[in-house]
Amino acid sequence: MAKPIGKANPMMVFNTTPDATQRKKYCRFKKNGIKYIDYKDANFLMKFVNDQGKILPRRLTGTSLKYQRKVSEAIKRARHIAVLPFGGDLLK
Amino acid sequence: MATKTKSTKQESVVLKDYESVIIFTPVLSDEQLKEAVAKYRNLITEAGGELVHEENWGLTKLAYPIQKKSTGFYHIYEFKSATSFVSSLELAYRRDERIMRFLTTSLDKDALIYNQRKRNGEFNQNKNKQQEAAKK
Repeated sequence: MAKPIGKANPMMVFNTTPDATQRKKYCRFKKNGIKYIDYKDANFLMKFVNDQGKILPRRLTGTSLKYQRKVSEAIKRARHIAVLPFGGDLLK
Repeated sequence: MATKTKSTKQESVVLKDYESVIIFTPVLSDEQLKEAVAKYRNLITEAGGELVHEENWGLTKLAYPIQKKSTGFYHIYEFKSATSFVSSLELAYRRDERIMRFLTTSLDKDALIYNQRKRNGEFNQNKNKQQEAAKK
């Protein structure tokens, strides 16, 4: 299936990201065998939050649904105990 | 069989695992903080609970101000207790003016394993290395 990237391939024009540069997303929890997400660990949870403090969607992080639920729960708990902010600019 | 299981339930109360994070006001002195921490430690043990682990983060910066204060003393209790005890513990938290915020969560089996490993320092080694690398 590996087509040469570049000229004279009309299909590639619409395929905005060539297969060579796009890496397949994976769920880091499944891959690394993480089963529990600690809501007290701010540094870890920062990976799942954008610079406004909003929870990143699954389609960006690649997290599976099972762990996305746990991530969002952990972030909401962390916000309650003032480990993560509820919002605001220039977080990172 | 059915009668047997019933009798065992009545004899021993089932203990569940919980974790409680409390934020005390930063205006407390060291002695006041120790006293407050000891109060809840006693409360847990007196109610037939079992204190598994305790952690104190000391004076920590909050992510956002609570009661117009930007810092607080974090204290974490990990304990086993009867399910009915949690509501009375939280009632005591609410009545205490020294406590700005609290969160009690029940721990599942994965959380217990995680906390056990964290206490043994299995995660800290990697983290310290990462932090050192980040500093460099």
